[in-house]
Amino acid sequence: MIKGKFIDNLPKVYGIYTGGFLVFIILMAIAEQAGMSAKLIGICFVAFTVSIYAIIGYLSRTLQLDAYYVAGRQVPTVFNGMATAADWMSGASFVAMAGGIYFKGYGYMALLVGWTGGYVLVASLLAPYLRKFGCYTVPDFIGTRYGGNLARVSAVIVLTVASFTYVTAQINATGTIASVALDIPFGIAVYVGLASILLCSMLGGMRAVTWTQVAQYIVLIIAYLLPVFWISNKMGAGVFPHLMLADEVARIAELESQFGLGTVKNSAADLATVPKGLAGITKAHSEVNTTPWKFISLAVCMMAGTASLPHVMMRYFTTPSVKTARRSVGWSLFFIFLLYCSAPMLATLSKLSLMDPNLPTGIIGKSIADVQAIDWYQNWNQANLMFISDFNGNGTLELNEFFMGGKAVVLATPEIAGLPYVISGLVAAGGMAAAMSTADGLVLAIANALSHDLYYKIIDPKAETAKRLIVARVLLFIIGFAGASIAALEIQGILGSVIWAFDFAMSGLFFPLVLGVWWKRANAPGAVAGMLGGLAAGTAYLIHVRTGGAEWFGVTQLTFGIIGSAVSLVLMIVVSLMTKAPDTATQKMVDEVRIPSGRTVLGKQH
Amino acid sequence: MSKQAQHWEKTRNLLWVTLAIWFVFSIGIFFFGAEMEASSFRPFGYPLSYYMTCQGSLGIFVILIFWFANRQEKIDEEFGFTEREGD
Repeated sequence: MIKGKFIDNLPKVYGIYTGGFLVFIILMAIAEQAGMSAKLIGICFVAFTVSIYAIIGYLSRTLQLDAYYVAGRQVPTVFNGMATAADWMSGASFVAMAGGIYFKGYGYMALLVGWTGGYVLVASLLAPYLRKFGCYTVPDFIGTRYGGNLARVSAVIVLTVASFTYVTAQINATGTIASVALDIPFGIAVYVGLASILLCSMLGGMRAVTWTQVAQYIVLIIAYLLPVFWISNKMGAGVFPHLMLADEVARIAELESQFGLGTVKNSAADLATVPKGLAGITKAHSEVNTTPWKFISLAVCMMAGTASLPHVMMRYFTTPSVKTARRSVGWSLFFIFLLYCSAPMLATLSKLSLMDPNLPTGIIGKSIADVQAIDWYQNWNQANLMFISDFNGNGTLELNEFFMGGKAVVLATPEIAGLPYVISGLVAAGGMAAAMSTADGLVLAIANALSHDLYYKIIDPKAETAKRLIVARVLLFIIGFAGASIAALEIQGILGSVIWAFDFAMSGLFFPLVLGVWWKRANAPGAVAGMLGGLAAGTAYLIHVRTGGAEWFGVTQLTFGIIGSAVSLVLMIVVSLMTKAPDTATQKMVDEVRIPSGRTVLGKQH
Repeated sequence: MSKQAQHWEKTRNLLWVTLAIWFVFSIGIFFFGAEMEASSFRPFGYPLSYYMTCQGSLGIFVILIFWFANRQEKIDEEFGFTEREGD
């Protein structure tokens, strides 16, 4: 087998891969100059990258349990960081985040703080200890630490609710991108997306997902950073946009007041003619536009949710040791940081490209007829992501007469800023990589919990390895198919359901996980009450707000995890103290988890 | 006090310090969004509130995790709880 050698040669293998990908981009750029159509370029990008992931998935096939569940626990620190970053950054981060910042400004950027700050909790409270435990899945930890099938099943329930909410959004995103890039109907594109996801994970489980995620991270980070640097330099805004866009941010504020942002309002009748899902700029770009509590509550939910989402936690089960698990969290956040700190810059460049009349790309203040004649406007208008209308009838495009879809900020900006089409193809491939890698991690997290914790640990503890792996794969297929079927119905937006997933995970899992390590007195009845009570309270509050109920303490439907986790914490402490303390064996087990040296609590194969 | 109890006490102290720094930069400063915006301290020319949400806090978290990992490794070493190869 190449396995031993493969691990030693990782930097070389992925170095060659990155070089190959760059060569592919250059070849495509040459092909574009030679007259290759935009549509064909898009198809080439998506097809080429997806087939590489599929090949990696096939080469990583395995018949061993610890390779299938935890990639053989030999993923080096930095590579696990990259894989986690891809696992983490979903279609929402890649496609929707810059758009959210573009439209909502400061208030929305609470997500940036929340989705990074959570990793401090992961590193300090959980990851190293769960690695020492030696579990295959998150419910595996809950089930062994607290003891009893009820605790295990409760954890599986919370995991499934949270991850399934998340995965439908990701399959939806793969479908959206596949349908645009390959030019096929959304209903079919969803299943094309699903097929690519399963190709990566079915044969090799965690091992295959790990190595495809590293490959996907490389594609998505190139696809995100290249346009940001290119546009910034082309515009003359600065060689290194992250440190040099202060003047541009100030210029946007100047233009906002010049164009009457906030003073010129659209009538309800005018707004009714705007296609659904598109929005105009209504909030100032950099101003503090929200209350501290709104900002902080959203950030807190995202941070606690990060530390409770099982598909992230299980990535740290794949490192060779406790020490590497801890360091690996730092690398994960570093790789995530590279993209997250670029999103506000992309939003700034995109907005300025459109707004500034001194730039050749600016459209505000131009005549409506001129703008309607622009190629990219026609394309994106047709794709239902852009719309203009002369509400005041003066023949000139005003700031309040321009509408855009959130996705367009990432997908259309390269074209608006006048970059060659090859960049747009690259961005589509990056979005596909982001959505696929997260969907892979999520589908695997659910299927592994069901196959390991429900099937093997509870239903059939005598099952043979071969049978366990078959069950795991069948479940993977079923979960993926169910996710795609729901995604095909298009019932929720991408971003809303992602935020809900964090709140669900936080409601049910945050305190049972943290207290499992940090509070010896926590016992099984307390944990079960905490998980089920927290999930039920969070869900009840969500339904209460969704059906028009009054909000308590300013907690909205996006931050219901605050209610859920508070109930979870109280129940867990009260019920634990009212019932018997855990036995000495369990107490010893917790002591053992708290030091890095020595054997893992659970054996290598279990 | 046993070696293990001492190790855990130091580990817990490190946790509190880490969480305190985390709290300041993820929650604490955002109580003062408006004050940060008005501040004359503008990193790279950006308004402070804007800078902290899009780069400042994020970067501090990255550094904080590596700092925490180093400190924890030292504590493990001090008490002889570092993993050996092949464990």
